[in-house]
Amino acid sequence: MVTAEPPQKAVEVLKTTETKSVETPEAAPTGETMISVRNMDFNYGTKRALHGINMEIPSRQVTAFIGPSGCGKSTLLRCFNRINDRIAGAHISGGQVVIKGKNIYDADVDTTQLRRQVGMVFQKYNPFPKSIYENVVYGLRINGVKKKSDLDDACEYALKAAALWEECKDRLKANAFGLSGGQMQRLCIARAVAVKPDVLLMDEPCSALDPIATLKVEELIVDLKKDYTVVIVTHNMQQARRVAELTAFMYLGELIEFAETDQIFGNPQQKKTEDYVRGQFS
Amino acid sequence: MHAPATSALLENPFAKRRSHRETYEFIVRSVLRGATYLILFATAAIFLHIIVKGSPILFQAKAPFINVEFLTKLPETLHVLEDKQGHIYKTDPKGADAIKHQLGDNLRQEKTISYSGGGILGPIVGTFLLVLVCIVIALFLGISSAIYLSEYAKPGKFIEWVRLAILNLAGVPSVVFGLFGLGVFVLAAPVFTNTPLDRALLVIPLGFTQMSFQGWDTSVLSGAFTLAFVILPVIITASEECLRAVPMGFRETSLALGATRWQTIWRSVLPFAMPGILTSSILGIARAAGETAPIMFTAALAFKDKLPWQGEAGFGGVFTESVQALPYHIYTLAARIPQNEYSERAQYGSVFVFLVLVMTLATASVLLRRKLRAKYKW
Repeated sequence: MVTAEPPQKAVEVLKTTETKSVETPEAAPTGETMISVRNMDFNYGTKRALHGINMEIPSRQVTAFIGPSGCGKSTLLRCFNRINDRIAGAHISGGQVVIKGKNIYDADVDTTQLRRQVGMVFQKYNPFPKSIYENVVYGLRINGVKKKSDLDDACEYALKAAALWEECKDRLKANAFGLSGGQMQRLCIARAVAVKPDVLLMDEPCSALDPIATLKVEELIVDLKKDYTVVIVTHNMQQARRVAELTAFMYLGELIEFAETDQIFGNPQQKKTEDYVRGQFS
Repeated sequence: MHAPATSALLENPFAKRRSHRETYEFIVRSVLRGATYLILFATAAIFLHIIVKGSPILFQAKAPFINVEFLTKLPETLHVLEDKQGHIYKTDPKGADAIKHQLGDNLRQEKTISYSGGGILGPIVGTFLLVLVCIVIALFLGISSAIYLSEYAKPGKFIEWVRLAILNLAGVPSVVFGLFGLGVFVLAAPVFTNTPLDRALLVIPLGFTQMSFQGWDTSVLSGAFTLAFVILPVIITASEECLRAVPMGFRETSLALGATRWQTIWRSVLPFAMPGILTSSILGIARAAGETAPIMFTAALAFKDKLPWQGEAGFGGVFTESVQALPYHIYTLAARIPQNEYSERAQYGSVFVFLVLVMTLATASVLLRRKLRAKYKW
């Protein structure tokens, strides 16, 4: 197992003038470890789904998980915000997941607080059947934000961050179901961004989208890493190459190789990785 | 074997087999169609009979076109007097005295028909109150338990048993519910009072007052609770289905945004399940309004000369007074008094009004559901 040191790329953190009214979320400086997985095992009931995972995910970069179906990449992603807790019998059976210096599986962790810091975008775009505005501010409303100006600001910030502002600013009160698939997925990203998490988890965010919408979402992902640590699960190896600095290859519940994307695709160290990225199995 | 292909009047080589199957198909189709039309016929017969016989009692040719008296007066005894010339006078007890006095010796005979005079305001008000309170109780209990079963409870053997028990509740005969209501709500439910009755099962002193398990008497509250238990299985089962129909993604998204479980249910599950829950409740409403057995021991009287708020407690007594109810009133009119040409008016009138009332209730629910559905569809 090879766990590469994360590359220390200098990424300029630009604050656009558009978002000046909203401060960027407090995050560790670029490249510092955001999520640290330490020797983690994960079970669905008695069936072990993840075996001894070790990885360091750096902040403000895009990390991609690739691997064949059923390899555990989604399970691993869903461990980072403990949304797996919902599934009966699913539990972490060894090791730790440390986010911002805190093991999130400690008994004293409040999962609602955790999930406010670790946002998630799902495979199937799933806006609520409410207005665009209400969708975006959902996370704020459940946090008890009532002031209209705060909600308006957050809505504008999130929609701009998700590159949806220009398309939607005139119909914020319209039902979100009137949007196209790609717009709905970007709306879901805006909804996750509105609460300003540190980390954005994306579970195959483009698998239900057409190629053009996919391209837009990919551009957005690259854009989002200025402010957020992005972890993306993808089926599409080309997508990992296009958006991710780091790529992790998983197979049968194990992390086979984790390194810079260029290395995974250009010069993989493991035979399994090489076979997979060459398309010899899937 | 086969006819030559040159002939334009080829016999269909499959004709024989098809006709055999066709006969079979025809029989099956006729049976199915016949069954459907039979049901349709029965429904039409019931509705037409009630409308033809009942509408002349409620509606009239002169302004205000509705028989206001029938809707705004309490039931009373109908007096029919006949003089020796064959003139017939239909009147109430007071009028009867006056006419008797006027006719003197000219009176040939007098008939009295119980409950058939006046109007049916008492039963209408009673049924309305019972249904209203029942729906509030049943929706609260039913939706709460459906949420618990489908969102909170860990699936397992025990929960399966709970579900089975709830389904079994639906099979309990309604008269058993009536007796259950009598035993529990009428005779044993707790009340706060300073002067507990002797028959109270248990009295717990609370300092400022006492909690006495002496029951709520025959009252709207007792009846509404009993009715609520009759329709609870329907509401729970249907609500659970509606909750399960809400996409899992809504819950996951909401939780992933940091919502608590209850916030998730309140904001992004329940609103979208509500139209379906209300639809299923329509059946419950109609059933609750129509049940006779559960209320005859717990809430309804055959006759009462006061409206619920005309008792000693005034408007405060609306829920604690016994009432008349339409289904029980219809039963009384049909089975408890001698039948003759003068009893028909109240009988058909009550049934007609009852039918209109239930249909109005159902229509209102459908409209409400449609409004909600348009707002929350996905």
